[in-house]
Amino acid sequence: MTLLDVKNLTLQFDTDEGRITAVDDVSFEINPGEVLGLVGESGSGKSVTAKSLMHLNPPNAVYSPESSITLNLEDQSVDVLSLRQGSQDMQIVRGGSISMIFQEPMASFAPAITIGDQMVEQLVLHKAISEKEAMKISVEMLERVGISDPSERFNQYAFELSGGMRQRAMIAMALSTRPKLLIADEPTTALDVTIQAQVIDLMKDLVTDFNMGIIFITHDLGVIAQTADRVAVMYLGKLVEQGPVRNVIRDPAHPYTQGLLNALPKLEDLDAPLTPVPGDIPSPLERPPGCVFHTRCSAVEDRCSLSVPEMKALDRKRSAACFVAADQRGAA
Amino acid sequence: MSNKPLISARDLSVHFNLRGGLFTPKLVLKAVEAINLDIPKGSFFGLVGESGSGKTTLGRAFLKANHISRGSVHYADGEVEYDLQDMPKSDLTEYRKRAQLIFQDPYAALSPRMTVRDIIAEPLEVMGITKTREETDERVREIADRCRLNLEHLRRFPHAFSGGQRQRISIARALVSSPRFVVADESVAALDVSIQADILNLLKSLQKELGLTYLFISHDLSVVAHICDHVAVMYLGRLVETAPTRELFSAPRHPYTKALLSAIPSLDPDNAGNTQKLEGEIPSPTNPPPGCKFHTRCPFAIDICKREEPKLETSGKEHDVACHRWKELADEPARAVGKKPVNKKSKNRTKA
Repeated sequence: MTLLDVKNLTLQFDTDEGRITAVDDVSFEINPGEVLGLVGESGSGKSVTAKSLMHLNPPNAVYSPESSITLNLEDQSVDVLSLRQGSQDMQIVRGGSISMIFQEPMASFAPAITIGDQMVEQLVLHKAISEKEAMKISVEMLERVGISDPSERFNQYAFELSGGMRQRAMIAMALSTRPKLLIADEPTTALDVTIQAQVIDLMKDLVTDFNMGIIFITHDLGVIAQTADRVAVMYLGKLVEQGPVRNVIRDPAHPYTQGLLNALPKLEDLDAPLTPVPGDIPSPLERPPGCVFHTRCSAVEDRCSLSVPEMKALDRKRSAACFVAADQRGAA
Repeated sequence: MSNKPLISARDLSVHFNLRGGLFTPKLVLKAVEAINLDIPKGSFFGLVGESGSGKTTLGRAFLKANHISRGSVHYADGEVEYDLQDMPKSDLTEYRKRAQLIFQDPYAALSPRMTVRDIIAEPLEVMGITKTREETDERVREIADRCRLNLEHLRRFPHAFSGGQRQRISIARALVSSPRFVVADESVAALDVSIQADILNLLKSLQKELGLTYLFISHDLSVVAHICDHVAVMYLGRLVETAPTRELFSAPRHPYTKALLSAIPSLDPDNAGNTQKLEGEIPSPTNPPPGCKFHTRCPFAIDICKREEPKLETSGKEHDVACHRWKELADEPARAVGKKPVNKKSKNRTKA
């Protein structure tokens, strides 16, 4: 059974400048124990998509009637989008079955409350346990993520920890409620490479230990290659390609995925020229008609600006939203 | 490229006094300590290191945007020479025309209240390089054209532009005074991958056209590997290794350089890179460890590393390294860079 089912998610924001489409007809699913990498550049809608999974978007967000997000738990299926803000059921989802870690750990911890108090507070809120038990679980969790002297760190404040330690503490806090799904929004972007490598190793270990699903959001394809089982590529609110990580990275089908990989400096081949994707990412206020990528695409044809390509299943469990790729690879 | 250095630093140190109130002891932060470094004229010189390693402070010292606590920095471009450590104010104004900075964040670096034309023209007016408005406009148009900016856009304000376009505007502003030396401090770090390559290619072609020397500060080794011809690696205010790029990436000698290289996530899902992962984090520069600054995280540290600070010594043609054990460690494997790795199944993925 899939853990999470996202179907036809379309999300717009009401702003002074009009209605802006942030996510456009996105569908994907996650199985338990699977890491899904969500890749995209700024403005691609990857963070907004992740936030809608916990119903965390601001009040001016408008979901289309077709959108549905279903969380399949052991005893029940939860329709996330129908939950009312502040309701009891919402707590089953937020911080209970789904946890989230963010890019900047300093901004996610309250500065004037100790790490331990914050961990205990959310544990007591979500689980029917005493404060004493919560403390024990929290210290164990801190130790599990590789923090030395966990009982001492428990009583410290976020500013007393270094950047890498803070992100570890953040992970410990997110995992202490034993969530079924962890959303990690650029968890390593603010870290130095040597610390990033440590955090990636830690997260790989935790997936096997806890058998949870992870959505790993990042703009770094190298990080995706090292962590994800499947990858979904987004551009301007559209899902353009989805498939097993090896297939997508070694043999990308969508011209945007191809362009991203070509633009990346590769350590293995220093003589390869850096090929940028031509042009700039259009503003979300001026979304191109037809295929959103056609203004920058090297394989563009007349039909691309006229109608929107649908996600089509291609070879090897992969799908892409591109007319040209579908023709070349013989879509099913 | 001639080998005469444009910038040469000798025993360069930059210290900051952090506090020293009535009752608190004085605390000195040694951001940059005893650096000897030559930047050859016409080179694309990379400076890498983690946050807190002092790379930005060193770059700013070369621009005289920081004070210099000890040592010397000599600038010689063939026309003029300056000693930055004791430079009179009048020389500084002249030096600013020859040495410029490109910032990291193109969103923060441009005033939202000025048009693109005014932003690019400002250095000309402040430095008194041009006399008339016509002359200024001509210089602005010329450099904007070189930076591939649409001349129609000069009348617009920065908010109308995307990240890549903004970075081209800030490059044009840095280059309008015809500098010889440009410090690019994390200039592509804030850009999206698809745009980053475009800005790197632009910097490279401008170097050829205008005969520039760059100091390219970055934490991203794969970018540095592609664009720079020389690289220097910093750790906690010290230079630990410097070499021509190919040499550094194919035969890194310092354990820190090796670890940095193996920490870059590989694009090959079956190749977890060399698993020489570093433990711990960079120590605080206010309280650096004694001896070799890297010994607290170095897997090869022995007694002498804890006591004595290694000096930068020559280990090959233009290849300097500061490590007591580099000779013994020469056979230690490092991540293969520059050639495609043999595809082997990694067991890392299934490891419990």
